[in-house]
Amino acid sequence: MTKSELIQRLAERNPHLLQRDAERIVATILEEITAALARGDRVELRGFGAFSVKQRAARTGRNPRTGEAVDVDAKVVPYFKTGKELRERLNGE
Amino acid sequence: MVGEQAVNDTITRAQLTEAVYQEVGLSRNESADLVESVLDEMSDSLIRGEMVKLSSFGSFQVRQKGQRMGRNPKTGEEVPILPRRVLVFRPSHVLKKRINDDPGATPEPMSAPSFASEGAIPEPDTSY
Repeated sequence: MTKSELIQRLAERNPHLLQRDAERIVATILEEITAALARGDRVELRGFGAFSVKQRAARTGRNPRTGEAVDVDAKVVPYFKTGKELRERLNGE
Repeated sequence: MVGEQAVNDTITRAQLTEAVYQEVGLSRNESADLVESVLDEMSDSLIRGEMVKLSSFGSFQVRQKGQRMGRNPKTGEEVPILPRRVLVFRPSHVLKKRINDDPGATPEPMSAPSFASEGAIPEPDTSY
């Protein structure tokens, strides 16, 4: 399912909803999550999962093609942990 | 957990609902239902085994894991971990970039060398 399919399904399930509003709802949710992570905040959606950011220290990596050592800067990576309910539902529990 | 901070805020459905309410102009109740609806659509799709690809955000994919032996950390007893389905989130480049470009996400901002101090280095030495 792509973002446009998600928007379409949302609009279908809520017939009174304008397509434009369905688009804005999805965009707003994703933007809020992104902005929260950019601030270093955590996003906890019980039953679905939680988004957070993790720090990765600077390290010396290697160009796999040439074997040459390259410095990799410290960075922040997004992380998602599946919620209990979704994890159970994925396994038919 | 590595690198996790306790000081930051936690965003929940309430804040997503408020943002949708502000942004779209529906009632708060309806906004809350629609936030739930979006999460439901995503969950249902994943449970069907579909991948959920949200451009400029990331993709969620279901992976099948085989059986392996684990250990009860408390008793040391060996127990089989049954085959199961797990969800993997792969952030998009756009999301990764946003998170690294915003200094708020970095608890210890890198002190970038200022041009003033750099410029000071090649100043001609006039002491002789």
